[in-house]
Amino acid sequence: MCYDHTTFFCPFCFPSAVRVGLFVTCLVDLLRPRIGFAALKLLEAAGCQVIVPATQTCCGQPGYNSGERPGAQGLALKLVEEFADCDYVVVPSGSCAGMIRAHYPELLQEFPARREAVERLCAKTYELADFLVRVAKLEAVPGRFAGTVTYHDACAGLRELGVKRQPRELLAKVPGLSLVELPGAEQCCGFGGTFAVKFGEISTRIVDRKCQAIEATGADAVVLGDLGCMLNIEGRLRRRGDRRTRVLHVAEVLAGVDGEL
Amino acid sequence: MQATSMYFKARAREKLRDERLQQALARLQTNFVDARARAIAELPDFEGFREAAAQIRERALADLDLYLEEFEKNATARGAEVHWAATHQEAARIVCEIARRHGVRKAVKSKSMVSEECDLNAALEAAGVEVVETDLGEYILQLAHEPPSHIVAPVVHKNKDEIATLFEHQHRRPRQSEIEALCREAREVLRPHFLTADMGISGANFLCAETGSTLIVTNEGNGRMVTTLPRVHVAITGIEKVVPTLEDLATLLRLLPRSATGQSITNYVTLSTGVKGEGDLDGPEHFHIVLVDAGRTALLGTALQPMLRCIRCGACMNHCPVYQSVGGHAYGWVYPGPMGSVLTPAYVGLENALDLPHAATLCNQCGVVCPVKIPLPELMRKLREKQMERGLRPWPERAALRAWAWLAQRPRAYAWATRLGARLLKRMAGEEGLLHRLPFGGGWTDGRDFPAPAGKTFRELYRSRGGS
Ligand code: SF4
Repeated sequence: MCYDHTTFFCPFCFPSAVRVGLFVTCLVDLLRPRIGFAALKLLEAAGCQVIVPATQTCCGQPGYNSGERPGAQGLALKLVEEFADCDYVVVPSGSCAGMIRAHYPELLQEFPARREAVERLCAKTYELADFLVRVAKLEAVPGRFAGTVTYHDACAGLRELGVKRQPRELLAKVPGLSLVELPGAEQCCGFGGTFAVKFGEISTRIVDRKCQAIEATGADAVVLGDLGCMLNIEGRLRRRGDRRTRVLHVAEVLAGVDGEL
Repeated sequence: MQATSMYFKARAREKLRDERLQQALARLQTNFVDARARAIAELPDFEGFREAAAQIRERALADLDLYLEEFEKNATARGAEVHWAATHQEAARIVCEIARRHGVRKAVKSKSMVSEECDLNAALEAAGVEVVETDLGEYILQLAHEPPSHIVAPVVHKNKDEIATLFEHQHRRPRQSEIEALCREAREVLRPHFLTADMGISGANFLCAETGSTLIVTNEGNGRMVTTLPRVHVAITGIEKVVPTLEDLATLLRLLPRSATGQSITNYVTLSTGVKGEGDLDGPEHFHIVLVDAGRTALLGTALQPMLRCIRCGACMNHCPVYQSVGGHAYGWVYPGPMGSVLTPAYVGLENALDLPHAATLCNQCGVVCPVKIPLPELMRKLREKQMERGLRPWPERAALRAWAWLAQRPRAYAWATRLGARLLKRMAGEEGLLHRLPFGGGWTDGRDFPAPAGKTFRELYRSRGGS
């Protein structure tokens, strides 16, 4: 292996490209497909051969977090199968990647026959920005952005996967972009999946604080790595009457696809 | 204390609209959160201490019976009398019986959360004993007939003006407006009670098996008077508070005040070991220790066992976005915040606290700050699973989750349904790209818009671009 390429990525060290399975996530599939395409573009820019298993759906997080364990187990087992023959699995969502890495072992402990497969999946699953920085060591990004952005550390990516510096390092590579830190960036936005519907008023109060902090930075866009939290923040910003501040997925900014679709 | 946790949602709504409470909560957040951050930064290898503390607590729980027996033996050898209470009612009965035996007419108390669990004050008063709370916060709440709203700062929901008015009415003295003057006034009122009480009631932050001692940490000094001045001292606490050695206590003491109030140590750390000895100038003649089970042993060996490690520091609630928004009274029982979301259903019944395990975003801030590494979000998930298994959740919720799991396991049906959904939602949103009302999502759209889908799903677009 060559000096800088300690992973299996250097095309000079390993001529055949690595097979990366892209797990699009159900929210991206349904609501903002361009995040999926942005992830695709970034992975290709990093020299990966990207595979998108056609039968993929949901990682099981809604059921798992709501206590509907059997349904969540069914979906988890399905995902384990679907990505079995990829070298890596990359997810443009901290909470879905966290679901797989931090929770599948517990969720699937009643299936000892699958234990090895689950462990393998956990070890090769990465949140997108984390993968691009730590594994693919992406040098240059295709996107450009004229303006200021601020970054919100969505809870699962931050606390389940340790994603903190990775997106910031990548954003620093985007020509034209300047990053201002968000006060209280690590505080929850109040989304919490079904929490936002079950306890709408409490959730609104929490996201209000987030919106105030975002607006106070004066940034043109708030960038983050989880679509659920994006919907929550964008929804509240708009209801507060803010039509200006854009809410973008980190992949959209890095890939420069924030205008299309 | 009567659990009213069933009304979490309604209470939360009320609390969100209480402006004064909201201001108090904002203050609490900045004070305690910042202070903790500074205090743990001071400690070299905080994570090391945290791991050690978790292990100490886990070791004690693994052999709880042995440590409790050792505690009883050593406490008894020093003249204390140890009582065992299986339930809250039994605990209250035991304390009343102790009061009767010693002819007690007045008791002074220093806060014990367990006595709140047991409704001890009401029981004592019914038995003809006057009870005076002596922690400043608890005293204020006693005057106001309210339960605590935080386990470390029980009266955080009240501001200075409210307290001044309360004192003015209850003490019948000229109104004071400065905090120092209010404290002085409380001290003047309380002092005679310490001197005339026959019984002092305290809790225990820890029990030390090695020495048979109870330990309390306080900031006000009243704890020492309660445990030493009256001729009878009753310590009432949960059985899970035992730790093996004094050395272990030292480790836990490094974490407890830091996690709670951001202090490196509290003003007073009081170890009570046995009764007044011959030639001692002070100390109680009779020392009773009431060890309360009330649901604790039922958690041993279950997925909820880690909750018994809790050292009641309150860090989880200080850092919880939900607690920060609604305060402690919304939770409807003794323990608020994430710890309460686990403890309340565990102790008062899953069906009596339906909302609590769900009243969290699972952001895991609580798990990260907990000094004894209790995985609070995981425990809440466990409780959610149990509720689901027992069919306690509302049927539309169960049906929706099952339907989603069913659909998502059938990729073709799923692809078709999401295609339809994406188009429909886009159509509903119109030009603006925002939904102001969502079918079945009123909780969301009451306070937020919902950004509309792009109209085509990723899988559709991917296929049309030549992907598989
Ligand atoms: S659960 Fe942890 S953080 Fe919360 S009060 Fe108990 S020890 Fe403190």
